[in-house]
Amino acid sequence: MSPKRLFFALVVRPFLLVVTGFNVRHAERLPKQGPALVVANHNSHLDTVALMSLFPARLLDRVRPVAAADYFLKSGPLAWFSRNLIGIIPVTRGGRGAGEDPLASISAALEAGSIVIFFPEGTRGEPERFKEMKSGIFHLSLRHPGVSIVPVFLHGLGKALPKGAFLPVPFFCDVFVGEPLERLGEKEAFLAGLKARLEALRAEGTFPEWN
Amino acid sequence: MNELLERIPKGPLLYVFVGVIGLLAIATVLGAVLARVKPEKDFTELNARIRSWWLMAGVFMLAILLSRAVSLLFLAFLSFLALKEYLSLIPTRRADRGVLLWVYLAVPLQYLWVWIDWYGMFIIFIPVYMFILIPVRMVLHGQTEGFLRAAGTLHWGLMTTVFTLSHIAYLLQLPEKGGTAGASLVLFLVLVTQFNDVAQYTWGKLFGRHKVMPTVSPNKTYEGLLGGMATSFVLVYFLAPQLTPLTRNESFVAGFFLPLAGFLGDVSVSAIKRDIGVKDSGSSIPGHGGVLDRVNSLTFTAPLFFHFLRYLHF
Repeated sequence: MSPKRLFFALVVRPFLLVVTGFNVRHAERLPKQGPALVVANHNSHLDTVALMSLFPARLLDRVRPVAAADYFLKSGPLAWFSRNLIGIIPVTRGGRGAGEDPLASISAALEAGSIVIFFPEGTRGEPERFKEMKSGIFHLSLRHPGVSIVPVFLHGLGKALPKGAFLPVPFFCDVFVGEPLERLGEKEAFLAGLKARLEALRAEGTFPEWN
Repeated sequence: MNELLERIPKGPLLYVFVGVIGLLAIATVLGAVLARVKPEKDFTELNARIRSWWLMAGVFMLAILLSRAVSLLFLAFLSFLALKEYLSLIPTRRADRGVLLWVYLAVPLQYLWVWIDWYGMFIIFIPVYMFILIPVRMVLHGQTEGFLRAAGTLHWGLMTTVFTLSHIAYLLQLPEKGGTAGASLVLFLVLVTQFNDVAQYTWGKLFGRHKVMPTVSPNKTYEGLLGGMATSFVLVYFLAPQLTPLTRNESFVAGFFLPLAGFLGDVSVSAIKRDIGVKDSGSSIPGHGGVLDRVNSLTFTAPLFFHFLRYLHF
C-alpha cells in the first residue's frame, strides 16, 4: 500500500469524518476511471483532500490535484508532504511569460490516465464566494477533447477552514457533483458555461447565511 | 472472553434486548413483504429506515454493554454530531469562528463532569458558565451586528444537543437501586422514546386524518399522536417497574408525560427546521435524515425522565 493510501486511510478519512462529514449528491457522476478532470470551486485547503476522499482507495493513487509549485514546493517538509502523501501535479503560476508551457505537467498526467483535480479559480480567495475562472481549464479542454470534465460544487469547507485560519471548526459540508461538461464553445462561453454549471449546482441546495 | 460473557445481560434487560431484535426482525420481514406484494408503491425509504434502525440499535446496545466509558464516549460523540449538524444548519457569523471552537469544547467538558460524577458542575456548566462565556468571547471580537441572534442560537444549540442529551449519560452514574443499574435506565429511556416515535409515525400513517400542528409538522395527526401515546403508555407502564426503580403509580405518570414530551421535542426541532427552511437536519442516517432528526424527541424526554427519577428515588 502506498504512503498516500495509508495517509488517507489513517489520517484524512478519520479527520474528515469528525471535522466535516459530507452530504454528497450525485456521487455516481464522479469519474470511475482516468483520464478525467474534476473541477471545483476553491475555498479551503481542505477542498483538495475532501475531493480526493470521495474516490475509493484503489483509485486514490491515480487521483492527483493540480497545485501551485511556488506555494506547495517552497519548503522541504511541505514539498515532501505534497509530493508523497497528496501526489500533487505542480504548476508554475504565471509561467507563460517565461516561455514554458504551464499546462505541460497536467497534460502528461492526463495522458498517463490520472484523475486530475483542478480549481479553475486558481486560488482559495474569499471563503464561500465564487471568483473569476482562469483560462487554464479551457486550454486543457482544447488539448484533451476526449477527457470528460466533471464540475463539483463544494460548500462549507471555507467555513471550516478558510484562508488564513489555523484551527478547523467542525461543519457539515456539501458536495454536489454535476454532469460532465459538453462542448461549451469559445473561451468566454466555456468559462461562463462552467461558472453557470457551478452556480446551478449551488442552487440545488439551501445554505445558511455566513458572513 | 469471560469478562465479555459476564456482560451479557440477564433478567429484564435480556428480555428487552431480545424484544428489540425481535421487533426489528418483524419490521424487516414486513418491509420485504410489502415491497414484494405492492411493487407499484415505493418502500425504499421505509426499508432504508429499518436498515438504519438495525445499525443504530446494534451500535447503541453494544455501547451500553461494553462499559461505562464506551457508553459515555458514544453519547459524547452523539452530542458532538448533533451539535455539528445544528451549527451547520443555522446562520452563523464569520467573526464567530473562534466562539464556535469554545462552543464545541463544551462537549468534552460536559461529559467529563459526567465521567467524574460531579453533579453540581454537570447541572450548571452550560446553563450558567457557557451562558456567560459565549457572550464574553463574542465581545472580544467586537462585532455587534447580529450579536443577540448569535448568542441566543449558540446557547440554545448547546442546551439542546449537549445539556439535555448528557442527561442520558448521567443516568449511568446513578447508584444501583432495586437491582436496576444505570444501563437499564438508559435502555428504558431510549427504547421508550424511539418506540414512541415509531408508534406515532405508524398510527399516523395508518389512521391519520386530522392534523394536529399543520403549520409546524404537516404529517403529524391527532390519530398518530393519541394512538402512539396509548401504545407507548402500555410499554412504559409494564416496562418501567422492570427496568427502573419507578413504582406502578409513578410509571402511570411517566406513561403519560414521556410520550407527550417526545412528541413536543420532535415538533420543536421541526419548527426550527421550518424556520431555517430545510426538511431534514442532515443526511447521515439513510431514511431518517440527520442525527438531530433522530435525537429530537430525546432532547425533551432525557432531562424530564432524569429529573423525575432523581427527584423521586435518588
